[in-house]
Amino acid sequence: MKILVPIKRVPDPATTIRVLPDGTGIATDNIKWVINPFCEIAIEEALRIKEKQTGEVVLVTVGQSAWQEQLRTGLAMGADRAILIKTDAALDSVAIARILAKVAGDQKPDLIILGKQAIDDDANQVGQMLAEMLGWPQATFASKVEIGADKVSVVREVDGGLETIAFKLPAVITTDLRLNEPRYASLPGIMKARKKELKEIAADSLGVDLTPKLKVKTLAAPPKRQAGRKVASAQELVSVLHTEAKVI
Amino acid sequence: MGDVLIFAEHQAGHFPKATLTAVQAGLELAQKRGGKAIAVVAGDAPEAAAGEIAKYGVAKVIALAHPALKNYMADAHAQALAALAKKEGVEFVLATATAMGKDLFPRLAARLGAGMASEITAIGDGQSFVRPAYAGNVMATVEIDGPIKVLTVRGTAFDAAKPGGSAAPVEKQSAEIDAGALKMEFVSFSATKSDRPQLTEARVIVSGGRGLKAGENFKTVLEPLVDEMGAAMGASRAAVDAGFVPNDLQVGQTGKVVAPELYIAVGISGAIQHLAGMKDSKIICAINRDEEAPIFAVADYGLVADLFKAVPEMVEEIKKLKQS
Repeated sequence: MKILVPIKRVPDPATTIRVLPDGTGIATDNIKWVINPFCEIAIEEALRIKEKQTGEVVLVTVGQSAWQEQLRTGLAMGADRAILIKTDAALDSVAIARILAKVAGDQKPDLIILGKQAIDDDANQVGQMLAEMLGWPQATFASKVEIGADKVSVVREVDGGLETIAFKLPAVITTDLRLNEPRYASLPGIMKARKKELKEIAADSLGVDLTPKLKVKTLAAPPKRQAGRKVASAQELVSVLHTEAKVI
Repeated sequence: MGDVLIFAEHQAGHFPKATLTAVQAGLELAQKRGGKAIAVVAGDAPEAAAGEIAKYGVAKVIALAHPALKNYMADAHAQALAALAKKEGVEFVLATATAMGKDLFPRLAARLGAGMASEITAIGDGQSFVRPAYAGNVMATVEIDGPIKVLTVRGTAFDAAKPGGSAAPVEKQSAEIDAGALKMEFVSFSATKSDRPQLTEARVIVSGGRGLKAGENFKTVLEPLVDEMGAAMGASRAAVDAGFVPNDLQVGQTGKVVAPELYIAVGISGAIQHLAGMKDSKIICAINRDEEAPIFAVADYGLVADLFKAVPEMVEEIKKLKQS
């Protein structure tokens, strides 16, 4: 089975994010860049499927040259090859999904697995848009994936419980947190990754409309919540909640 | 121009609070844009539910019927709503960012060739919208280009619409669906069994974190407080990752975003990802052994204590209060 895994480079989740004073972006000095955590889960799931059935895991990302670093990390985890669609432009989810649809058309994967959301823009859009553009079924927020002989069944984390859906390949799956625990890249894996194919393609050469429909005008820090006060005991806590805050 | 199509998500004919917040946001947007707010209820037999939502101030309700809309599936719903949005000539399509809204709306946007803003928290003048990014550490002002725009709203950022006035007319329409293009099959739904309120509906939420140390302690220590207060139970991602409780209890950036009247964080340190899901709660109180825990920076009332001692004491105290 051939599995395409689109990934994104994001600030490490533990990073404190600060908005630039002019509101044009975030301060990027001192940021450690990592693979988006949900994308790591997607890579892991693709590797597990490949290990059971043989096949190929192809990583793809859309960004600047520096994003090679995250592709190499994914290759060190065990992916077979990687594609960097190179652009300096600020793209929205629609443009990213269009690029990925074009890549899917060229690579012809049986399955595309990607993270449900990137922890930078928190949009949660690309997988669903890509599925529609390709006319494929989608299974978002997956917590269990079973590849059957004829069909794939996916358990999805939805409001109020778990939903199971089924479909034939090709399809798009987006990962939720409990799907798996991603592996670390091993030292031999890191050595091997250096020799794996990492192809760069200019985004402009794809013949895809990259005009963003969603435009970010300004960024601002959210209003800060003031810390309140400490109470001395459970008794006092219940008492202030009752008499002062009047919530119980 | 300016008309807003509100996707009125229902659970077997019942509208959760999340749907009523979408209605409220849709009414506000339509008013600012000088258009009509139209609600759509989709299903195999949506008429009764459509009659219900007609009482909430919208100009019109469309009962969008088709056998393929019986169980929610993204492909059938996206087809039906895209065709309807075009037919009605609306400028906006809007839903609350529930699990269903998040699953459906990007697919719908792609089908409409439209841009989309996720989880907006403010409507502004109706041209630009505010939405959180980076786990709520950044508020972005965004604009969408194009004749049709797709939005999901964050449920906690808008009030629930209230019923009143005369009911709007309900128009029944058959959904336009190419059944041959449908590729997704509903297999089953396994509901989390609970007599407690849902997280996104509750007035009070008691959440537990890694400090609870074991799943068993959620039952023996936290649940008595949850039930004594008639609260919903939540959890931090750390507690979910440790396997203490199921993921649908997770409050945070990648879980549910809540804003109850009272949020009690027990044994939760307060990572930014957790704060992203609860910092708009009206009153926050935190119980933690570590007085340096970041949760105290957002808490109205903080108690530095051993939760295994403090929580049972709270339960006793609340019982006394109820008796007096």
